[in-house]
Amino acid sequence: MSAPETQRDSGPVPTTGHEWDGIRELDNPLPRWWLWIFYASVVYAIGYWILMPAWPGLTGYTRGVLGKSDRAAVVEQLSELKTLRGQQNARLSQASLQEIESDPQLQAHALAVGQSVFGDNCATCHGVGGIGSKGYANLRDDVWLWGGTLEDIHRTLQYGIRSGHPQARISQMPAFGKDQILTAAQVDDQTEFVVALSGRPANAAAVQRAAPVYAANCVACHGPEGRGDPLQGAPNLTDKEWLYGSERQDIKAQIHAGRGGVMPAWSGRLDPETVKALAVYVHANAAGQ
Amino acid sequence: MTVVIDRTRAGQKEAGPASAAEKARRRGDPGGGLYKPRAPIYPKQVRGPWRNLKWGLMIVTLAIYYITPWIRWDRPGALPDQAVLVDFAGRRFYLFDLQFWPQEVYFITGLLVMAALALFLASALFGRLWCGYACPQTIWTDLFIQVERLFEGDRNARMRRDAASWSLDKAWRKSGKHLVWLGIAFGTGGAWIFYFHDAPTVLVQFWTGQAPATAYIFCALLTFTTYVFAGTLREQVCTYMCPWPRIQGALIDQDSLQVTYRIDRGEPRGPHKKGASWEGRGGCIDCDQCVVVCPMGIDIRNGAQLECINCGLCADACDEMMDRIDRPRGLIGYDTDKAVAARAAGQAAVYRLVRPRTLFYAAALVLVSGLMLWGLIHRQAFDVHVLRDRNPIAVRLADGSVRNGYTLKIANRSFADADARIRFDGPSGALLKTPAAPVAADGVSARIEANTVRAVRVFVTLPEHAAEHASQHGDDGDEGEGESESLPVAFTVTLPEGAMTVKSTFITDPGARP
Repeated sequence: MSAPETQRDSGPVPTTGHEWDGIRELDNPLPRWWLWIFYASVVYAIGYWILMPAWPGLTGYTRGVLGKSDRAAVVEQLSELKTLRGQQNARLSQASLQEIESDPQLQAHALAVGQSVFGDNCATCHGVGGIGSKGYANLRDDVWLWGGTLEDIHRTLQYGIRSGHPQARISQMPAFGKDQILTAAQVDDQTEFVVALSGRPANAAAVQRAAPVYAANCVACHGPEGRGDPLQGAPNLTDKEWLYGSERQDIKAQIHAGRGGVMPAWSGRLDPETVKALAVYVHANAAGQ
Repeated sequence: MTVVIDRTRAGQKEAGPASAAEKARRRGDPGGGLYKPRAPIYPKQVRGPWRNLKWGLMIVTLAIYYITPWIRWDRPGALPDQAVLVDFAGRRFYLFDLQFWPQEVYFITGLLVMAALALFLASALFGRLWCGYACPQTIWTDLFIQVERLFEGDRNARMRRDAASWSLDKAWRKSGKHLVWLGIAFGTGGAWIFYFHDAPTVLVQFWTGQAPATAYIFCALLTFTTYVFAGTLREQVCTYMCPWPRIQGALIDQDSLQVTYRIDRGEPRGPHKKGASWEGRGGCIDCDQCVVVCPMGIDIRNGAQLECINCGLCADACDEMMDRIDRPRGLIGYDTDKAVAARAAGQAAVYRLVRPRTLFYAAALVLVSGLMLWGLIHRQAFDVHVLRDRNPIAVRLADGSVRNGYTLKIANRSFADADARIRFDGPSGALLKTPAAPVAADGVSARIEANTVRAVRVFVTLPEHAAEHASQHGDDGDEGEGESESLPVAFTVTLPEGAMTVKSTFITDPGARP
């Protein structure tokens, strides 16, 4: 296929003198403008050393006369971002919660802000997906201790629950066993009563014994049928959702020494428009109400 | 049957004007130093059909380049009214009635594949047509050379002036030429930025200092490269920088038409006295017109060369000379190596434009163009993607029913707002909910604004019995207790263009809760 190279192919141009497997390299000269580009690069490098941060020293580095700094650039970009977001956030703070939810653009913005803020602030207790865990409320379902409407959620976010904020909502499940309001046997009976309320098989005799005690001590908050009261944060005892566990021992522990979780108030920590966005985000992802 | 380029003979030749490339080679010869100065080229003005074709193509291509961004195209709303616009900030490419999104980059890939195949096909058939007639480097160099002629005159005048000492006349001609060059270069760079911003707006902004920094940077960059590449570097861009001349070797064969000196007719060459006999000699009279008109500074009579851009100006020059001495035209013309060799051997020349190589390129080009056309015709203005929530995968509600969350990303690439109706195809009894709308069994609606993607959150709730019932029928037997079970479901989105169905799954078991 290939014939040996002859003088006729390469002309009078000499080779570099090396040979690799019979291949020789012609020593053609470079064009001169190539050399000029090399010199221009050298000049550019010197100019760069003068203008930009370049040489390391023992205590620092040469700063360059232009004063360029990536750190300063980041600070500047962050403040630009804040102004940019400020325009969108201004719309959030002016619109009502319902307006935010029903305007596609505002809703999309609120959901995006809400998701990011939820991940930073709420996910620690409620989980990234918002399904909570034992003692921490599930924000995805239709069970809401303190109400699941947009306003209720917004209020809870602003002031918290048992947070110490003056406008926070407070309620206290009495420690019936610990504070000796009821005897240990009565606590056991009440446990059976609550199990029966949620539609599960229970000791009928214990339930009968517990009925008058329930009417005297529990009805005020949990209601005669055990459906709870969102105004007092009293849980519905007839459904399948249990904040502190559904087993008998969980229920008994709660009657013995009632726990009340604390939800922090966010009005001082987050901007009002951020709290609004968070409320819209939580409400949009929750079921019901 | 390759025509061997015998450069040893050319090197020994002393008489007549040698080509610039020849001179440069001589200077680069042994002992010539590490770096080679450029040998100046003074291409002579030429008239003829190829030259006219080049003028025509120059006018057409430059007109396309300068006029395109100024074509207005009415689009509704706040969308730009420019027919061809690459909107980087908005991540859109507007092309008359179409708008392309970054997701559709495959159209650009297809266009590039088509361009490459067209280039291959043209090269296999006719040699470096692109280089000689359509390449921006060739077009602008041609334009710059013409400006040079206007100021400094044709080849001989320029050579005389360059050799002469500096004078007022030489100074104004040189500076005038450079000023006009800079003007053209600035016009080139300036027109470039109109493709990326609304042309009338950015024109005003440019002169009032309001244009984006990138507009100034790219204008300056293209001004600089146009001025340097077309003004001073010229043929060196093709010879040293461009990879295309190297690729040529693989694309051109002995059946490709390319600008050829027909050695069978021309040799043996030599000066000819008027009235002398043409017997026993070739048609080439060594007038060197083909050499002096060459913008690449080569001698086409040395055969096919790396530098040759196939522009045909030497053919025009040769024909002009042949007319003058009353000899037949076509001593230099588009021909194939095989035909020249056949005629030299006394056989009839055979041209094979249809051969496996060109057939393959043509078939590939037709295939890719067909795919592109099919893609454009079936291109839909709407796109639906369904993303199932992964955290939580499912939620059990107080009454035992199960809820799954989905995000439907609906893209509207049309120029009008559209109403989407989203229906759920799955077990009966499903309830749909989207934020800010009441729960509905028959589906949810969403307005998708023109030129946007909207993420619609849709929650589907299945009653406990429906989920259990369906999963018993939907599964293939292996229903382990507590395993999270999934139902095949789908969303049907009804849009102005018709309904689209996208498959997804529904998880019926959210897992244990404390």
